[in-house]
Amino acid sequence: MVVRTLNGVAGEFRLDIPAILKDCLVSALIALALAVFIIGLRTTDGSGGLGLDFRWQAVGIAVVGVFVGRFLLNLWWARRTPKPKVATAEQGVAASAAEAFKTFVKVAAPMAVIGAVVLPWMPFADRYLLDVSILVLTYIMLGWGLNIVVGLAGLLDLGYVAFYAVGAYSYALLALYFDLSFWACLPLAGAFACLFGILLGFPVLRLRGDYLAIVTLGFGEMIRVILLNWYEFTKGPDGLSGIPRPSFFGLPFTRRVPEGTESFHTFFDLDYSSLHRIIFLYYVILVLALLTNWFTLRLRRLPIGRAWEALREDEIACRSLGINPTNTKLTAFAIGAMFGGFAGSFFATRQGFISPESFTFIESAVILAIVVLGGMGSQVGVVVAAVLLIGGTELFRGLDEYRMLAFGGAMVLIMVWRPRGLLAHREPTLKLSPAPTGGGPP
Amino acid sequence: MEYFVQQLINGITLGSIYGLIAIGYTMVYGIIGMINFAHGDIFMIGAFVSLITILLLGMAGLSWIPLALLITLIVAMLLTSAYGWTVERLAYRPLRGSFRLAPLISAIGMSIFLQNYVQLAQGARVKPLQPVVQGGFTFMERPDGFTVSLSYMQIVIVVVTIALMAAFSLLIARTSLGRAQRACEQDRRMAALVGINVDRTISLTFVMGAALAAVAGMMFLLYYGVIDFYIGFLAGIKAFTAAVLGGIGSLPGAMLGGLLIGLIETFWSAYFTIEYKDVAAFGILVLVLIFLPTGLLGKPEVEKV
Repeated sequence: MVVRTLNGVAGEFRLDIPAILKDCLVSALIALALAVFIIGLRTTDGSGGLGLDFRWQAVGIAVVGVFVGRFLLNLWWARRTPKPKVATAEQGVAASAAEAFKTFVKVAAPMAVIGAVVLPWMPFADRYLLDVSILVLTYIMLGWGLNIVVGLAGLLDLGYVAFYAVGAYSYALLALYFDLSFWACLPLAGAFACLFGILLGFPVLRLRGDYLAIVTLGFGEMIRVILLNWYEFTKGPDGLSGIPRPSFFGLPFTRRVPEGTESFHTFFDLDYSSLHRIIFLYYVILVLALLTNWFTLRLRRLPIGRAWEALREDEIACRSLGINPTNTKLTAFAIGAMFGGFAGSFFATRQGFISPESFTFIESAVILAIVVLGGMGSQVGVVVAAVLLIGGTELFRGLDEYRMLAFGGAMVLIMVWRPRGLLAHREPTLKLSPAPTGGGPP
Repeated sequence: MEYFVQQLINGITLGSIYGLIAIGYTMVYGIIGMINFAHGDIFMIGAFVSLITILLLGMAGLSWIPLALLITLIVAMLLTSAYGWTVERLAYRPLRGSFRLAPLISAIGMSIFLQNYVQLAQGARVKPLQPVVQGGFTFMERPDGFTVSLSYMQIVIVVVTIALMAAFSLLIARTSLGRAQRACEQDRRMAALVGINVDRTISLTFVMGAALAAVAGMMFLLYYGVIDFYIGFLAGIKAFTAAVLGGIGSLPGAMLGGLLIGLIETFWSAYFTIEYKDVAAFGILVLVLIFLPTGLLGKPEVEKV
């Protein structure tokens, strides 16, 4: 029965059924080998030490699932006809696609901004949606900040979360110890993060790509460990709580205020709603994120921005042109860190509570994934990737256990599907025309 | 002095485990130039497979410990290698020849996936195991009663590490597989032209790295007696630090780096504060890299225009 339907399919697509079945069988056998111990035998806490639970159904499901999945994948591959590869046609297609993409961005970007501005006034904008939007916007801002370092300057930074943490703790500590307001702390937090970026960057930016990656990773872990252990100053694993909320030009968003002062809703004669604060926070992060974007776009037009991109493409050529690679990298690092610091202080004021738990390596990985999945150097790509990854996993919050599993799996799948990122139109800002023909990099 | 000797023993034991994991990083980096971020989680899976095998053998009533350990070792190496092979096949091979960061992101995704996979399948609680190998020697007794102890487990770890290192060096230096690996390391396209199956060689590199990580996982389980789904992260980072410290791409460098990181950590915890041992390990890495930008035994890379 099964074979007959297969043959029917085979007639249409000219499938090599025995080969496909063999392939599926091999995959299923490998899945069996992988699943039999880790899935099939679950360690359980028994009375005298660990015991084992047998779960052969789960293994069966996994094996059958792999078999069926592999079979469908094979059908999909067989359906796809190989494209004829003609170099000139490809280039033409790529060029027109890039043009189309440019016009699309020109139309879509302002629309997206307008959409973001009016979002809180939409009837469906409830607290949950706004919370998720704030989260997504925070990641967009972080992605844009990291994009300066990774996308423009081509430096692989695996410890970006360190600057996020520095910003968050700067704000929290300044507010708690010196009673400074959010708006006074924001530039200070950015400056502190910037300083940390320079402190880290100065000794290590001479290193080549992957060495730099591990040192930044180590730096991120070091900051976290210090925050965790310096109990007198940072309250260690307990975290800092009671971080002041931001105020609207001095008007707090509280229901009751001390006698003689006014709060936001009394001043504007509105009914009290906890949503006011959320909407305000939403606009703060929206403005901060757009500022980051605008700043980056302007920087790319400046000599320093050109130097970053040139450095990313060819360091030796840069050096022979008289660009100082260390200083150029250092500026990229410091500016990226500064935006991380801004985002961090926003995070602190939104949460009202921070602890080292929030600044683990996984955060760095997520931010880097947003940059790379979006297409390195693409500002729009960061938005798309952040909405997909952060918003997407938020949708699966109900399936809490499987959320991170799906997140990791999605990262692998997107990379395999589009290795250069979702929107991989990384145009050099400056281009010599006519473009040289042939002999380009593969 | 006695205290110093004790810490030296502990440090070498820990360093051996790091070294075994570091070899996997360094080999993969040498051959395809990528940081295999999921390697730490392969190590974790090795530890879990060992745990399950030991429990199974215990249920089957096998009581002769050397045989049980040998079976565990073989099963762990085989199954963990299968994981290493599958990870390479699914997440890295389609990205061969793609740009530099693509496999890295894929690897980070794989690492997140594997961690959560094991957490889902085996539960998030820590898994304690009663000591399997017990006893040891004590010597150098001090008047105040402090003795240096060298447990059988520590001896097993160091001996197994040395044996595997020797076998491995021979494999790389003498066999045709080792030659193929070195050829791919130098120039993959040229290696393919002279008839080396590059994909197969790379797969086998991953398999060997995973097998060594499985051994490290088993040793970790037996030495510390407790594992959870998260051990791969920190051990992986430390081992990668070790590989970089020794000069990434160099096998003796990975072993040396592993030993150094193990020793630094142990001595720092013993003489200073245990909380900042990770800071110390990374700090020393930064210092070494500033003065020796390619690590201790790494070859300086010649940049050509």
